[in-house]
Amino acid sequence: MSKNLRINNKQFVDETRKLSFIFNGKKLYGYKGDTLASALLSNDIHLVGRSFKYHRPRGIMTSGSEEPNAILQIGNDDALTDPNVRATEIELYDGLICNSQNCWPSVKFDIGGINNFLSPLLPAGFYYKTFMWPASFWEKYEYFIRKSAGLGKSPKKQDPDMYDHRYMHCDILIVGGGVSGLIAAKIASDDNKKVLLLEDKELLGGSLIYDDNDISKIDNQKSSEWLKKLIENIKNDKNIIIKTRTSLAAYHNYNFLLARQNLTDHLSVNDRSNKIRQRLYKIRAKKVIIATGAIERPQVFHNNDRPGIMLASAVKKYIDYYGVRCGLENVIFTNNDSAYETALSLYKSGTKLNAIIDIRDNSSSEIVNKVKSLGIQIYWNHTVVNTKGYKRINKITIMKLNDKGNDVVGKKIELNCDCLAISGGWTPMVHLFTQSGGKLKFDNKDNIFVPDKTNLNQLSIGSAKGDFELDDVLKNSIKDTKKFLQIENSNFDKIDVKCSKEKEKKNIWLLPSDKPLSKTKPFLDYQNDSTAKDIKLALREGFKSIEHVKRYTTTGMGTDQGKLANMHALGIVADTTNTNMGDLGTTTFRPPYTPLTFGTIVGRNVGQFFDIFRKTPIHDWHVDNNAKFENVGQWKRAWYYPKDGESMHDAVQRESKAARESSGILDASTLGKIDIQGTDANEFLNRIYTNAWSKLQIGKCRYGLMLNEDGMVYDDGVTTKLGENHYLMTTTTGGAANVMSKLEDYLQTEWPELDVFLTSVTDHYATASVCGPNAKKIINKIFKNLDLSDESFPHMSFKEVKLDNINCRIMRISFTGELSYEINVEASYGKYIWEKCIGAGKEFNITPYGTETMHLLRAEKGFIIVGQDTDGTMTPVDLQMDWIISKKKYDFIGKRSLYRSDTIREDRKQLVGLLTDDPNEILEEGAQIVKDENKKPVNMLGHVTSSYFSPTLKKSIALAVLKEGKKLKGQKLLVPMIDKTIKVTVSDTVFLDKENERING
Amino acid sequence: MFLINCPYCGERDQSEFVSGGEAHIARPKQPTELNDDQWAEYLFMRKNIKGIQFERWNHAHGCRKWFNVARDTSNDKIEKIYKMGEQPPKL
Ligand SMILES: [Zn+2]
Repeated sequence: MSKNLRINNKQFVDETRKLSFIFNGKKLYGYKGDTLASALLSNDIHLVGRSFKYHRPRGIMTSGSEEPNAILQIGNDDALTDPNVRATEIELYDGLICNSQNCWPSVKFDIGGINNFLSPLLPAGFYYKTFMWPASFWEKYEYFIRKSAGLGKSPKKQDPDMYDHRYMHCDILIVGGGVSGLIAAKIASDDNKKVLLLEDKELLGGSLIYDDNDISKIDNQKSSEWLKKLIENIKNDKNIIIKTRTSLAAYHNYNFLLARQNLTDHLSVNDRSNKIRQRLYKIRAKKVIIATGAIERPQVFHNNDRPGIMLASAVKKYIDYYGVRCGLENVIFTNNDSAYETALSLYKSGTKLNAIIDIRDNSSSEIVNKVKSLGIQIYWNHTVVNTKGYKRINKITIMKLNDKGNDVVGKKIELNCDCLAISGGWTPMVHLFTQSGGKLKFDNKDNIFVPDKTNLNQLSIGSAKGDFELDDVLKNSIKDTKKFLQIENSNFDKIDVKCSKEKEKKNIWLLPSDKPLSKTKPFLDYQNDSTAKDIKLALREGFKSIEHVKRYTTTGMGTDQGKLANMHALGIVADTTNTNMGDLGTTTFRPPYTPLTFGTIVGRNVGQFFDIFRKTPIHDWHVDNNAKFENVGQWKRAWYYPKDGESMHDAVQRESKAARESSGILDASTLGKIDIQGTDANEFLNRIYTNAWSKLQIGKCRYGLMLNEDGMVYDDGVTTKLGENHYLMTTTTGGAANVMSKLEDYLQTEWPELDVFLTSVTDHYATASVCGPNAKKIINKIFKNLDLSDESFPHMSFKEVKLDNINCRIMRISFTGELSYEINVEASYGKYIWEKCIGAGKEFNITPYGTETMHLLRAEKGFIIVGQDTDGTMTPVDLQMDWIISKKKYDFIGKRSLYRSDTIREDRKQLVGLLTDDPNEILEEGAQIVKDENKKPVNMLGHVTSSYFSPTLKKSIALAVLKEGKKLKGQKLLVPMIDKTIKVTVSDTVFLDKENERING
Repeated sequence: MFLINCPYCGERDQSEFVSGGEAHIARPKQPTELNDDQWAEYLFMRKNIKGIQFERWNHAHGCRKWFNVARDTSNDKIEKIYKMGEQPPKL
């Protein structure tokens, strides 16, 4: 580096540890303790990116999370690269690789820069207005917009890093480790509270820790020295847990907060392996103290966005903390006293300060008098009207303001300047307060919004509350914290604070220039390139609400969430519309406060841990026998078992043929099972099912249909009477948990007088269902002493037997229409009994079949699947299941709804069968059914719900819901597909064995 | 994310609970004697007010008990929690 930009600073930067990094392909050096931004600045690099719309060169502007310009792509690994990282926030590590992102082909020669010259053509709303018409052109525009916009590249591969979540509980959460937060932490700890203190930087202390002026004194010590002692004290305090590099992301209701801790981003890549990258804390705090400080505002004037124009507070921090000069020809442009601290820092470090331009008429505070005494030229009542220098500022032009401050007078003065430090006052960081639902009020004195009303147990202190001068910050923080914690005395009560007091204030939201506004570029939102002109245009075009102005101009919509821009935008709207800013209100601040990676949000819940999945006790057998699985609710169910490279279709045809011709076996363990006991169990069943249960005998099974109170089918299943007051209900696989909840709800809230107890036993039993003409022979081989005759063990009955000391509950029930036995055993014996069946069935070619074959077999019989043939809008009458509605019962859930005017409409959609004219044509599930496809708009009559090719019937079959379907049997209809129209005939829903003869084998 | 004080278990995170909508809507004892409008009133009509609303909540991932909550919908503050069968508090 040719220029001498480093000054000696041993406090925070370790000059003995030199680190190398690569910026846009060039190898550079910095020190341990630098941020990427301070390292770049020490190499005299300001230009780091291009603006979003006009592609204007932009430089590092701040030293914190409000940075709008220095947003870089970190890393060049396809999996690990990180877009949109603020150079001001990332700590420098050895080997860091970074690139500018919003420029193409390079930051110095950027093709999009042409937009800057076209900018009169690109006002607010330009994209909306231009590219939305004609709509069909959008795809063409989009390509070019995306190419030239490009806010970073997302990683192409899965994130290999580890992320973690942790819950934390505390009495007092303190957000912000600056002087206010530290004092509050100490007061709370002295009162024996458990304190959690979060600081987003590496070190505690905020801006006071590097404060080096001689005017601010605490207890007669230099304020930074006093603060260092307090920090040592706090670090040794057992009541205080400190989390640094931890930023609060969200503040939700009930004092639930999310914070993200960076654990490895500051380490060189080699030191990161096997370490957790980031941790998300889920915090429950009894009380929250927000001490997030304030952000300096820029000033809005013509060409205020050139590289080299920076916040005054940032220029100060780069000198005092990082030991880096941002320029060798500095000028300060301010409207308040705080920038004079920057002047003192520049002076102390021996850095040239050419002038201070102050829009105020004068100031007579202690700090300003001190600067005056140093002989630094101050231009009072002046403003910057223009700046020069394309890739780096090199000159500014200033002029005197008129009396009203709305125009400039006199002659132009030109000043040399390679770094313009600007200050437009300070904005309290009220983001977290408003996120939590707090309401703000406007303070006319400082032109700021400050926290007002909140429903939560929280307090804002320090600059976050609107105190900016050291004595106010300390004394009010102490006073407010004591009151908030209901503490009488603290160790800080006698604190003595000396500081300069600001007396003169002046604020102009949009500074005048010698040129008309239309010829100037006074930027508000650097990231989105919106200017004061855009705000005025939006107002002229009729946008009034600040939320609308924001969206139309995109002001405050960048990744910095308007941290810098919002106040000026509001101020200009207020001035232009003659409104009080307090009446205008602010836009809404939403979480996260700073961007979060997806990895942090999901934590460990990735890959196989993304969601819970449930396996049956027989699962391993299915895996060993080449099953393909499908997800049913959370269950993994065997779908089909392809043999020797069979397709799914071929496997299903083979499996279903075997089940019909000899025997098949299904793992039915996933069906929901609810054990029902109590003296009122029978009455309970009568109330929740549509059919009658009073006469069911012990040892018998019955199919039941459950409705919602609105009369729509909710679930179905077979219930077995095990004993006088004891039933076992089965539910659909996917509906089990909901049915359980619904039944519990009715028992607890509507019918608490019923003596009924429900226990979910789904996981306690495994079920092997053996079906087919040879099922009886197979069961007989296993249970030799069991009488399987139709007289002793008829369809819809149950027997309990022992096999090798295992209790087996066998139900003779059927979902396939075949003779069928379901053997239920304790889950741990599931695989044993399954293998017994497989062994016994070998001579009968027992064939394991999956859910797909099960669906086909039941469809041949016209049995519905709730959730496939129904969708919450089908009554039992719509399903042509009138037979299951008891006429005798006075009441059951959903009964009254079955004769509402809507449910008795005859033109409701009803369940029908469909046969294709071409028996080999299989309909697509979900396909629409129409009568006339030429009359537009085409009237859609219904849709296909289930469709299969039946190997037994040697034709395609389908179930469908169809308007007035019951009346349409035999009608010819059409199913139009993308490439053809399929002719179908409405049929009965039962396709096979209408006489139900197969049920007895 | 609320903190809900289950009357049976104590304070727990909202993620353990499910909301069951408006409270104190008893299922009619004789549904068949209601006309369509009266039945629809029970079946469909629910309040959605700004202010104190009485709701049913269930500790689904806990004791599985239902209970009542008086919640201010304007700020989600839970004013009162009381058991099933108890009368709504005067707030
Ligand atoms: Zn509970």
